[in-house]
Amino acid sequence: MSTARHSPAHSIAAHAILIAYTVIALFPVVVIVINAFKSRKAIFRAPLSLPDADSFSLIGFETVLKQGDFLLYFQNSLIVTIVSLFLVLLFGAMAAFALSEYRFRGNTLMGLYLALGIMIPIRLGTVAILQMMVASNLVNTRTALILVYTAQGLPLAVFILSEFMRQVSDDLKNAGRIDGLSEYRIFFRLVLPLVRPAMATVAVFTMIPIWNDLWFPLILAPAEETKTVTLGAQVFIGQFVTNWNAVLAALSLAILPVLILYLIFSRQLIRGITSGAVK
Amino acid sequence: MGSLALNNITKSFGKVDVIKGVDLEVKDGEFVIFVGPSGCGKSTLLRIIAGLEDATGGSVEIDGAAVNATPPSKRGIAMVFQTYALYPHLTVRDNMSLGLKQAKHPAAQIAERVEMATRMLSLEPYLDRRPAELSGGQRQRVAIGRAVVRKPKLFLFDEPLSNLDAALRVNTRLEIARLHRELGSTMIYVTHDQTEAMTLADRIVVLNAGRIEQVGTPMELYNDPANLFVAGFIGSPQMNFIEASQLGRQDAKTIGVRPEHISVDGTEGDIKGRVSHIEHLGADTNVYLDCGEAGLVCARLFGEHRFGIDSTLHARFDARRLYRFDDQGKVIR
Repeated sequence: MSTARHSPAHSIAAHAILIAYTVIALFPVVVIVINAFKSRKAIFRAPLSLPDADSFSLIGFETVLKQGDFLLYFQNSLIVTIVSLFLVLLFGAMAAFALSEYRFRGNTLMGLYLALGIMIPIRLGTVAILQMMVASNLVNTRTALILVYTAQGLPLAVFILSEFMRQVSDDLKNAGRIDGLSEYRIFFRLVLPLVRPAMATVAVFTMIPIWNDLWFPLILAPAEETKTVTLGAQVFIGQFVTNWNAVLAALSLAILPVLILYLIFSRQLIRGITSGAVK
Repeated sequence: MGSLALNNITKSFGKVDVIKGVDLEVKDGEFVIFVGPSGCGKSTLLRIIAGLEDATGGSVEIDGAAVNATPPSKRGIAMVFQTYALYPHLTVRDNMSLGLKQAKHPAAQIAERVEMATRMLSLEPYLDRRPAELSGGQRQRVAIGRAVVRKPKLFLFDEPLSNLDAALRVNTRLEIARLHRELGSTMIYVTHDQTEAMTLADRIVVLNAGRIEQVGTPMELYNDPANLFVAGFIGSPQMNFIEASQLGRQDAKTIGVRPEHISVDGTEGDIKGRVSHIEHLGADTNVYLDCGEAGLVCARLFGEHRFGIDSTLHARFDARRLYRFDDQGKVIR
């Protein structure tokens, strides 16, 4: 493949572009991580240099673990992210199955309605959402966040999954029906395993915005016991003084779980993105 | 055990009528094949019989009982699909036994039936493999096995050989014929391949545009087609159709003659033409004659023949095997 059509010059150019992009994309992350391990003075003196014997310091991590209840924040973030993710995948896949499998009046209209959320940001409805949460006594609970994030994630999930479900062979589903499988078993046992790559894609696209969100935790659940990591890190950013060591340490720690989840899904993800292109 | 009756079946998808009133009786133990060009509604009809699709009108009866409101799993049918449709996460054994497990048959009976089907289809070496580890032909045998273990009143085949290569298609065809002889069950089979239809069927149902054109044994359809469509659809190469006026005849609109009922002659015959193409098939030779206004006429000659392209030949029709069609396309007897 690379021998006939690509000259070395092309190869070098392509790699140069890709490497440049990688550097740009990784730069902020690397700056956060290396500075998290430096003393406050060193951060300001030479923000781009690696920590050495002189500047190395774990003061940021110590502050984080001492001051805020970061373990709790982590726990909140994880619970909210994983439960929302589970609900988005479950309901998204079920809606997608119904849209792609059953002929009923208003099918197309329903599909468009469910996809509307991709175009309209959920944050536009913040005031109404807050009023609803106050009325239903859900302010300062993780449930509030989970409900909002599930709603936020569903449109894209339904949109992507229904496209993939259409590709699942009708014959297979019909064979199941003739063998007497219920629609639920056909869905869970025959169809879901076949769209696993698409599920992984949706999982990653859903998970990252939820984990990183600052807006809804700030508005719906700012109480100490329901704070998420991103909100918790704000403790160290003051109006006049910012504890950079602590902020950077907290952010470095916050990268870890999402990185782990990404690694779990990534093998499937690549298949999800390339499937259809290469059979 | 295993008769089928279709009474005035219709099916519409929105405003499109796919099946426009089909009546059919299938006797117990018969092998009936639906043939027709793509889009003629033959697969839809099969799916209506299976219960995977609801008919817009009319009724389906299996063994004399109307099954319109019966779900597919309770109709006593088994179906074999074009794409095999094996469950990818189950082994061959589990694929075959799933339907019986769902119907709560005792384990001993399931094992016995799976063993019978395995023996019948020589699937012993593959029982513990998954479908992904099997070749296309093996997968289709497993799919047939999955149908056999259910001991259905009706076997439904939806173009089961279309995804197989030519050699396997012949083998699997023989296998299905043997299966029908051994089991003696009623089988309904959909195909667009007329060779399959001619070789397997007790009776063939020719469908076109949602209607039945003719029902009959393979030889009835070949020797006695009811209209232009059936005459053209059965037989390969296709029957030649020539405007009667081109032959100086007034007793019909169109004259049909099969390529195998034409002989060629260098000097005299019914129609003169220029050799435009020759196909050498070994056992026979197909000669295509360009007969000007009368169109292209194909003659199928037994054995090997050599003619120069562009040379002039006369085609002589076997007078006893001419078909006459009126201006509605119906045969004149």
